[in-house]
Amino acid sequence: MEQTSCFHCGDACSAEHIIYNDKNFCCNGCKTVYEIFSENDLTCYYDLQQAPGNTPKEIQGKYDFLSDEGIIEKLTEFNDGKHQITTLTIPHIHCSSCIWILENLNKLNPNITASQVNFGKKTVRITYKSEDISLKDVVLLLSRIGYEPYISLEDFNTGKNKVNRSLIYKLGVAGFAFGNVMFLSFPEYFEVGEFWLEQYKSLFRWLMFAFSLPVVFYAGQDYFISAYKGVKARFLNIDIPIALGILVLFIRSTVEIIFDLGTGFFDSLTGLVFFLLLGKFFQQRTYAFLSFERDYKSYFPIAVTKISNGIETPIQVYNIKKGDRLLIRNEELIPVDGILMNGNANIDYSFVTGESEAVKKQSGDKLFAGGKQTSGSIEMEALNAVEQSYLTQLWSNDVFSKNKEDGFTTLTNAISKRFTIAVLSIAVLASLYWLVVDSSKAINVFTAVLIIACPCAIALSAPFTLGNLLRIFGKLKFYLKNASVIEQLAKIDTIVFDKTGTITSNAKSKTNYEGETLSEEETVLLTSTLRHSNHPLSRSLYNILQKNNIVTLDHYEEHLGEGIYGETSDQSVKIGSAKYVGQLQPETDLKTSVYVSTNQGYKGKFTFYNAYRKGISKLFNKLKKEYDLVILSGDNASELNNLKKLLPAKTKLIFNQKPNDKLEYIKHHQDNGAHVMMVGDGLNDAGALAQSHVGIAVSENINVFSPACDAILNASKFNQLHSYIKASKTAIMIIKWSFLFSFFYNVIGLYFAVTGQLMPVMAAVLMPLSSISIVIFTTVATNILGRKLK
Amino acid sequence: MSVIYILLTISIVIAVLFFAAFIKAVKSGQYDDNYTPSVRMLFEDELVKNKTKKTIKNQKFN
Repeated sequence: MEQTSCFHCGDACSAEHIIYNDKNFCCNGCKTVYEIFSENDLTCYYDLQQAPGNTPKEIQGKYDFLSDEGIIEKLTEFNDGKHQITTLTIPHIHCSSCIWILENLNKLNPNITASQVNFGKKTVRITYKSEDISLKDVVLLLSRIGYEPYISLEDFNTGKNKVNRSLIYKLGVAGFAFGNVMFLSFPEYFEVGEFWLEQYKSLFRWLMFAFSLPVVFYAGQDYFISAYKGVKARFLNIDIPIALGILVLFIRSTVEIIFDLGTGFFDSLTGLVFFLLLGKFFQQRTYAFLSFERDYKSYFPIAVTKISNGIETPIQVYNIKKGDRLLIRNEELIPVDGILMNGNANIDYSFVTGESEAVKKQSGDKLFAGGKQTSGSIEMEALNAVEQSYLTQLWSNDVFSKNKEDGFTTLTNAISKRFTIAVLSIAVLASLYWLVVDSSKAINVFTAVLIIACPCAIALSAPFTLGNLLRIFGKLKFYLKNASVIEQLAKIDTIVFDKTGTITSNAKSKTNYEGETLSEEETVLLTSTLRHSNHPLSRSLYNILQKNNIVTLDHYEEHLGEGIYGETSDQSVKIGSAKYVGQLQPETDLKTSVYVSTNQGYKGKFTFYNAYRKGISKLFNKLKKEYDLVILSGDNASELNNLKKLLPAKTKLIFNQKPNDKLEYIKHHQDNGAHVMMVGDGLNDAGALAQSHVGIAVSENINVFSPACDAILNASKFNQLHSYIKASKTAIMIIKWSFLFSFFYNVIGLYFAVTGQLMPVMAAVLMPLSSISIVIFTTVATNILGRKLK
Repeated sequence: MSVIYILLTISIVIAVLFFAAFIKAVKSGQYDDNYTPSVRMLFEDELVKNKTKKTIKNQKFN
């Protein structure tokens, strides 16, 4: 059978796909989107990128809550009654075609006046005439063309969010002043005592003074604040010598120009601040489209449907009260704990546990917040308000409010302690010496030491090394929250893994057949029947059995939540739950199974397993030499023997762990001095991820869900974990080397300072030279390091 | 040589103007997204092509 792929979404088409305009489509949804685009002359969409689209999902009734005035108010950033502006997150944005089509929305509906995509953040900002088109219509239009926005409780308060751009302003101020001061001080570098220069030098000097004011008091203010905090907490951080350097540079330069003693060091001062801020800017680069601070809010919907007296009204989830009757539609998330009243509940708790298999519930059963309904609509009665749910209570644990970086000494700060003491004692000793020999020079030498020893190069080593490695990791799909995670990563000695979804893949891709062997004819019929169903289990079973021939069915039926039925002239087959196929034997095991019966009676069952990720054995064997390994699973011990076979013998295997147990386990090890890395995926690991030194969330699709963590690792790179940790260790070595480099510069500078020969031009050369050479060294070294990574 | 006052004034005024332009650019959000514009820039051709297509079509119908 020849494989064709869908013109719209690129998925493989089945044998009876739709052909429209000589193009193949895998389903009606994709064809419809193509029709919409071609009617509006937007087929360029397909020229920019091959098969860029997404199959639109069934969304009937899902966005009814967007008609609610209160919710519209929260989601729009501008609303004057005629026009509204809203920013929507669209996870599917991934290529240039997406940008193009979303920015041409007005061709699809002229009432949308403007739309602008932010590719990095995966958002689109839409301006529309609210008299002619409502927010709901806009969202429906987007959904219809396969760009369904993701609206969660997190958007509730962020409508009018302000961006913090102060670092760019500061960098601009410092750069502006640096350039101008350089330009103004240039004449005096070479022509001291020239007639015209003498005439105008005070003008030049006072101008430099004026330019340096905003640099010291605006651009450099963070260093003073941080140094003050450090002194107050009796902790010598790197910002203390920097702030001291800036202050001494400024005061000495000002004194020099007031008493006409020299030109001062305004060039070095502004240059220093500029380079320091540049380092900060470089390190600050983050992944706008990823969120590392997610809590339940980003998973939960903004509104649900409330039923009172038979009338359905959308209600904001924060307004849900105990006793409210709620309607949960297919694919909707349960926002509060409650009791199932009626309907066919099939709840997928994968956000909570990482286990993708849906759980069946009977009327009267308790439902927990965070589950996703997967078959039809259900009605439930709320037991609590949102904040009091079992799941959301996990976030009231202290670990979520603690800032992890507070208790952590960075390499730079560790070295700055000794550095500051050394510099201060050199300055004092040198000035004492000069007090005896030539007291007029003492103050001069004291300030010169503090100026030249200002640890610009030291302060730059870590930001540039770590910032660059952060970027390299990002290209390899290992996304870190910030640079200090790399330092933490290098210190790790214990690694704790979650099982389901972390070391196993989410897709159930392995099956085991138990029962009577199926004849070839029966297998063919089974495969043919499965092909018609869109149920995830049918799809995976079909993929496994695909190599079989296909026959045309005479009759096919699908019973939602039960199973499927297929029939040819002489045979019929039933596939589905035990009850559906007529197998009355109770389902005692916890495994996911699909039962099969034919017209001759019950045949057997296919049991699904999660497959372990590729290279898992190899990874563990590499890791075992240096680290203590633990598997901490929320599941029962049914996989114990499999894991024992797969993993090195000294790996600890612990089962039946509740979210809080995981957290406590990690805490216990930390109290014993271990540096723990937690690798997990679901919300049930959220506590453990927050408690550990480094919490890494493994994710098959980084655009979707991952709990609060320090790093997000794409599942396809899971087997590279060891080399990433090794790279972090090498990065720390690179920083240490560049420290050595900068000490070398400092020694040269200190020689001139201590002997009282420090010229402004020397400082002006030495400062940028040391900074730039450090930047080059660290960048080149990390790039070489990055090339070895896969 | 007092022309230096004029020269200095001019140079600083120009520098300040550019600085103000930079601040304004940052404020308007120009630096918030530094990827999309690079892609958007390349779309101009497609848009023009579409527009001409559209006018031809419109002429037909009118």
